[in-house]
Amino acid sequence: MIKVEDLHKSFGNQEVLKGITTTIKQGEVVAIIGPSGSGKSTFLRCLNLLEEPTKGRIWIGDEEITDKKTNIMKVRQHVGMVFQHFHLFPHMTVLENVTYAPVKVKGVAKAEAEVKGIELLKKVGLEQKANEYPSRLSGGQKQRVAIARALAMSPDVMLFDEPTSALDPEMVKEVLEVMKALAHTGMTMAIVTHEMGFAREVADRVLFLDGGQLIEDAPPQQFFSSPKSKRAQEFLEKML
Amino acid sequence: MSARVNLDFSQIVPSIPFIVEGVIVTLKIVIFAVLLGFALGVVLALMKIGRIKVLAWFADAYTSVFRGTPLVLQLVLIYFGIPQLTGVDIGPFPSAVIAFGLNSAAYVSEIIRAGILAIDKGQREAALALGIPYKLMMRDIILPQALKNILPALMNEFITLTKESAVVTVIGAMDVMRRAYIVGGQVYRYIEPLLIAGLIYYVLVMLLTLLGKALEGRLRKSD
Repeated sequence: MIKVEDLHKSFGNQEVLKGITTTIKQGEVVAIIGPSGSGKSTFLRCLNLLEEPTKGRIWIGDEEITDKKTNIMKVRQHVGMVFQHFHLFPHMTVLENVTYAPVKVKGVAKAEAEVKGIELLKKVGLEQKANEYPSRLSGGQKQRVAIARALAMSPDVMLFDEPTSALDPEMVKEVLEVMKALAHTGMTMAIVTHEMGFAREVADRVLFLDGGQLIEDAPPQQFFSSPKSKRAQEFLEKML
Repeated sequence: MSARVNLDFSQIVPSIPFIVEGVIVTLKIVIFAVLLGFALGVVLALMKIGRIKVLAWFADAYTSVFRGTPLVLQLVLIYFGIPQLTGVDIGPFPSAVIAFGLNSAAYVSEIIRAGILAIDKGQREAALALGIPYKLMMRDIILPQALKNILPALMNEFITLTKESAVVTVIGAMDVMRRAYIVGGQVYRYIEPLLIAGLIYYVLVMLLTLLGKALEGRLRKSD
């Protein structure tokens, strides 16, 4: 589904990603963890080219998105993304947030998009908020709307960039529950997270990044109980 | 002290409708100039924040020239210059609209640029991540939010434009100001018609202010 080959990314003369190679299979849920500054968010943002890699190649499905000829806007329509700070459109209602892209970008009929939008809002437990503006929602509710907005484009892959890091502790669970339910539907997911419990429970694989390198790539049971590298051991000691 | 208040409006009362009719000329110039200035201002602002260096350079140079020279000079240059260079006599009204519109665009572009830059870059990223093309993103997501924030600054610019439009008098457009002069010349009293003109401009600006407030209230419904 996603193939990453020798991915490098520099900001100025600071190299944030130093050659990452990995694949994510269809239906796989991958947790990307690591200390702050390890490059995990940059790695995720490269997967839909919000950051342009300095070197290396990325495929999503059959398409090489790092190929200059690829229409990245088309690719992004199949790659949903959820941000740490939600980034809902504040001047649109919840339902408008969810239906805008399907209607305006994909050309779905408005009525059809609204039916699907309400259905998605039901899935995230917010259909009663359809006509509210985002400013009236709590952080957890905003993030659930953001997930519904991304799903409205019927993506093949969902990227989550620290989806619960900006939330008050009591709202983390409601978002993780939605993500867990999504994982059970067979969605391919890449999740940058600090929620170790969630990673252990839901992820099929854990990628541990440190210093811009992929240090470990293992199933969660193995990673959390017997991490191979010293860096991962140190990291886990601090986290757990 | 016998400060003799020597104001006599009785002589100009019959001419007041003549001065008030100038509102139509003033408003026509202002409305068309605002539309031209706003449309061009948006384009210039997008050029300034865009990636194409030549366009950004052009928009900066444009702003520099139109902000750096007097409006009345631009007006006279256009009024006399266009006929001289093209042989087409365009008359005072189009000259005024062009001059005020071009001039206003320089200021409006800076206001809009600031408004766009103040929008959280997450909005742009969210739009990109959904595959929303640049044009739709600007039109439906970035600009509506920017406009809400910059509305007071834009209203300021339009109020300035309304008052500054009085300089069209120098090219002979029959606006409020020009009519006040004419009446003054006829009855040989200048203070009274000019006070009337002042009152008219003030009322226009107040109406514009109310309009701005109403618009702002509507745009704030999502807060």
